[in-house]
Formats: sequence, C-alpha cells, structure tokens
Amino acid sequence: MSARRISSWCIGKLGCTVVMMILLLAFANQSSAQTTINGAGSTFAYPMYSKWFDEYHNVHPDLQFNYQSIGSGGGIRQIIAGTVDFGGTDGPMTQKQMDDFKAKQNCNILHFPSALGADVPTYNIPGVSQELNFTPDALAGIFLGKITKWNDPEIANANPGIQLPANDIVVVHRSDGSGTTYVWVDYLSKVSDEWKQKVGVATSVKWPVGVGGKGNEGVMGLVKQTDNSIGYVELIYTIQNHVPYGKVKNKAGKFVKADLAGVTAAAAGAAQNMPDDFRVSITNAPGDTTYPISSFTWLLIPDHIADPVKKAAIVDFLHWSLANGQDLLEPLSYARVPKEVIAKEQKAIGKIQ
Amino acid sequence: MYNANLGIVPDQEIGRGRRLLKRLKGGDEIAFLIVFASALLIILITGLLVLELYWNSSLARHQFGWHFLIGRNWDPVSEDFGALPFIYGTVITSFLALVIAVPVGLGCAIFLAELAPRRISDILTFLVELLAAVPSVIYGLLGIFVLVPILERVVVPVLKHTLGFLPIFSGPFLGVSLFSAAVVLAIMIVPFIVSVSREVLLSVPTEQREGSFALGATRWETTWKVVVPYARKGIYGSIFLALARAIGETMAVTMVIGNTPDINKSLLAPGYTIAAVIANEFTEATDDLYIHALIELGLVLFGITIIINGVARILILATSTKGAAR
Repeated sequence: MSARRISSWCIGKLGCTVVMMILLLAFANQSSAQTTINGAGSTFAYPMYSKWFDEYHNVHPDLQFNYQSIGSGGGIRQIIAGTVDFGGTDGPMTQKQMDDFKAKQNCNILHFPSALGADVPTYNIPGVSQELNFTPDALAGIFLGKITKWNDPEIANANPGIQLPANDIVVVHRSDGSGTTYVWVDYLSKVSDEWKQKVGVATSVKWPVGVGGKGNEGVMGLVKQTDNSIGYVELIYTIQNHVPYGKVKNKAGKFVKADLAGVTAAAAGAAQNMPDDFRVSITNAPGDTTYPISSFTWLLIPDHIADPVKKAAIVDFLHWSLANGQDLLEPLSYARVPKEVIAKEQKAIGKIQ
Repeated sequence: MYNANLGIVPDQEIGRGRRLLKRLKGGDEIAFLIVFASALLIILITGLLVLELYWNSSLARHQFGWHFLIGRNWDPVSEDFGALPFIYGTVITSFLALVIAVPVGLGCAIFLAELAPRRISDILTFLVELLAAVPSVIYGLLGIFVLVPILERVVVPVLKHTLGFLPIFSGPFLGVSLFSAAVVLAIMIVPFIVSVSREVLLSVPTEQREGSFALGATRWETTWKVVVPYARKGIYGSIFLALARAIGETMAVTMVIGNTPDINKSLLAPGYTIAAVIANEFTEATDDLYIHALIELGLVLFGITIIINGVARILILATSTKGAAR
C-alpha cells in the first residue's frame, strides 16, 4: 500500500475506534444503574458538600450526588421550582418561600442544619498589628456610618493600650448577595435597633456606607489593599489566608475570637430554644464561650420524595452526614453541629416520606 | 423543455410545483434561502431577547413605571428600586473609557498602518489582537492588583495636585472608583479600536495617498488630512464597537468600581454599572419583584445601547458627505 493510502486507512480506523468508545461509554453509563441526586445552593457550603459527596460515593458507589454552587438564593429558587432534589442555603427560607414551595410541589420543605460557619471582622490599619476588640455597638456604628474614625471612643475604650489613628474608616461589604451578608446583617439587626429599622436583613441590603467587593475574595482583596479599612468575611477564608481578624463581644460580655469551638458553642447555646423546623438564627447566642456571629448552613429536603431509590439515598446520606460527615468538617475549617442538635435532626429525618 | 412524447414544451405549460423544483435545483435559490434563513434567525433571536426582557420585567414595570429610570434608591429589603445610579455609572465609565482609548487607539492604528516599517507593524498588530482575546476576568484581576495601586500611588496624586480643584476630581480616592473602572475599560477596548481602524486605514486606496503627495503634502499631512478622513466611517464603526464592549463589560468593572449605587459628581468616588449589579445580585435574588427589577435593568441597558447606536448612525449620516469613501 502507498503511504497515502496507509495514513487514510489509519485515520479511518482511529475514527471508528473513537466513535465506538464514545458509544460504549454512553451505554456503559446507562447500564450501571447509578442513581444521580441533584442539588444546588450555597457557595459557602460547597467545599464541604463536595467532600461529603465524594466520601459518600466511596461508601455507596451506586449513588452519585451532584451539587451546583449557584448561591443560596439560587438553591431556594431551584428547589421551589422542583428542578433539583435538594437545596443548600445559608439563610433559612422565609414563610412566603415555604408557602410557595408547598403550592408548587404539594408537600412541605424541611431544613436540616449540616454545619456551622461564622463571619469575622477583618481590618487593615497601618501601624496596628494587634488583635482588636469590637463591641456590638462599635460594629453597628461603623457599618451604619455613624462611627467614622478609628480612634472613636467606642472602639478605643474596648482596646486600651492600642494606639488607634484618627483616620477615616473605610467600610468594605459584599456587593453580591450572599449568606455571609445575611449572617452579618442578622447579627447587626439583633444588636442595633437602628440597623433593623434602617437597613434590615436580607442576602443583599442597601448599605449606608462603604464599597462593595465581589465574594469573600473581593472583600479581603479590598481590605488588604485599602488602608484603614474594615470588612466582614467567612471564618474559613481568614483561617486559610492567615488574615488578622478581631474579637467580638458576645452576649455574655466576653470578647471572643472566632474559632470552630466557639461557633459550635453558639449553636449549643441556641439548641435549648431551637424550633422543631431548625429555622433559627443563632447570632448573638447566649453562653460564655459562644462566638456571636455564627450561623447554620442548611440542607433543604422536601418531606415527600416520590422516587423510592432517591428517598432511601437521601435519608441514608442525611444519617451519614450527621454521624460520620461531621468528622470531615474540621480539616475544612467548618464547625460541627452540636450533639444536641444532631439528636434532634436524627429524629426529624423520620419526617421524610 | 423537451418532453419525449410531446417534443419541445413551453415552460408555462409545466405544473407550478415542478417549476419551483426546477428553480430550486439552480443552486442560487438554495443559497439564497440558506443565508436568508440565517439572517432571519438572528432577527428572531434579537426579537425574542427583547420580548423576554420585556415580559420578565412586568412586575417591576407595573410597580415603578417611568420612575424606575430616575429613581436613585436601590433597596432590596424595602423593595424600592431605581435605575439612575446604574445608568449614570454605565454611561460615565463607558464615555470616559472612550475619551482615554480613542486617542491612544487611533494613534496606534495610524502608526501601525501608515508610519511603521512593515515587520514591526505585523508583530505589533499580532500583539494587539492577542490583547483583544484576553478574558475580561484577567483584566479585572490586573485592574485590582496592578492598576489600582498604580493609580493610587502615582496617577491620582498627580491628578489631584494639578486638577484637584475640579469637582470631578474631588473627594478621597479609595482605589476602587469610577475612574479606575474607566481606565480598565479603556485598556480593554483599545485593541478593538486599533485592529479595526488599522484594517480600515490599510484599505484606503493608494491613489489617495499618491495624489496627496503629488500635491506636495508631507507624510503627516497626508495621513491626517487625507487618509484618516477617507477612513472616517470605518473608524467610527470601530469606536462604536469599542463602546458596545465597554457598556456591556461586567467582570472587570465589578472588581474595580466599588459597587456602590451612588451618584457622585467626583470620578474618584465608587460607583456601579448595570452589568455589574445584575452579575452581582441576580443569583441571590429570590423575590419576584427583585428579579423583575434586575431584568428591567437589562432592558434599560438594551435601550441605552439602541439610543447610542441611533445617535451613532445619525452622526455618521451627518458627516459622510465630505470627501469620504462613498
């Protein structure tokens, strides 16, 4: 055979092989009886869910959980629309959203706290490298725009011995809607009536002052680059990026630096008064060691799942996440759900029909 | 047409369907139908886009009416939405970007087309076109990590020292601002202006240049007074292409503009654009009115684009009579 004929014959054969492999893969997927369960929602919880689904798949190779981190709002929208099997959110659904779900899907939606996170105040003041203490009034005043200089008495009195400059405070907040914002403004609403009246609580609010950065990275980037700035970010980002952050005074009057134990303590503190549907805000929770700006992140599961295979998978996964999954949280810098709440949740899983 | 039984048969006696089929076999007709279908598809898609924007913003339109365009408040909690800060930010950053980019881009295009030696021109053109292919997120990162510190430490102090008395340069400069966004946008749109203008300038017939030289004009006089006016239409086209990119740019802008829905007379203050606010808030907007308000912002952006394009066409029509191609 001539060289040209050989090469075209080879290409032909290669093409056929590729086509056959593609067809084989397509059919192989179909025939392996794998169940895919789809979810969407919170970006905060994405690294954690990702790890959980990976580990769970190793235990149950026939179950594949798929999660898209489109944001809590997106997760809520998609679960109401019924395009996903479960949702993830950092802020609990409002009553209106739950009624909407009931109207569209003919069953109720259940909230299951899966982990805890926290917001911390991070700052960049030239010449100040120590940890600052922030009182609730200081934080509310700064973000309302009423406290404008770093050496304001409200801040200075909580930090004796630290020389604070008389510079203008630059406030940095989130420009995109987010569960992180929700937790922060929820805390501010609890500690400041003026904030509650003037601004309110939502994943996106009208900020009285400050510039907006996109995402936790955006806020941290802006804070790092702008002198005399203060912003709020997830605890995880500060741990992983070694950014200085301040202590916040909790309800018991103690200045607490956010760490995983303090966050879990906040949930334990709120556990006594926890409603049965777990839709509770645990900011400003009582307790000596609690960190006040903490929050749950929830999984949203409908209480009636038609497909028995999916139902069994979801129920089993929930039990697994509360028993084994919690151990995987610490290396990822999430805080565990306290055992009182876990016990309540194990019982609530029985509501899924 | 030759029929075996009847001999020569005039075309009118063949049936209508067979006549059409005969025409379709001609190749020309088929080609016409295919390209016509493509054009129709584009028109349909645009029409559908506008309709979708219109329908899905109904709640907001009914709630706010025309007040939406002049409202200055953007409050998702109390559900009061107004588009003016975003319209202001979009228009100001885009036009300022043009003011910076057009002289630079046009100058670069003239250099590459007329004055540079061929080899340098080819290499530089390649590099400029490479710039046009860089994703906008990279420009955003470049903006926030490289450009903003440079502006903060070098450019703005000089600006404030010389022109600080002007209200547009008053107030504190935090790094993220309308000015920074405009500079980033200018960097992004220069490649578009350069590549299209260069092509247009190269396509000016050499007879024009030769005629000008024959009349005793210098190199620069020829370039500026003969070649560039001849290529005017194409240059305007490149400017409006660049403007379209600047108006719709999302990621690079949201990283350096400060994302604050305020209207401030100073360019050094933070601002917000329509594309940036939609990108930032759309995923978390669960409330119907909120989503409709964001979609109405998209409709407003579409409207701005149409108005600017309309003005562009009028401008081109008004100036196309004097000594240009056609």
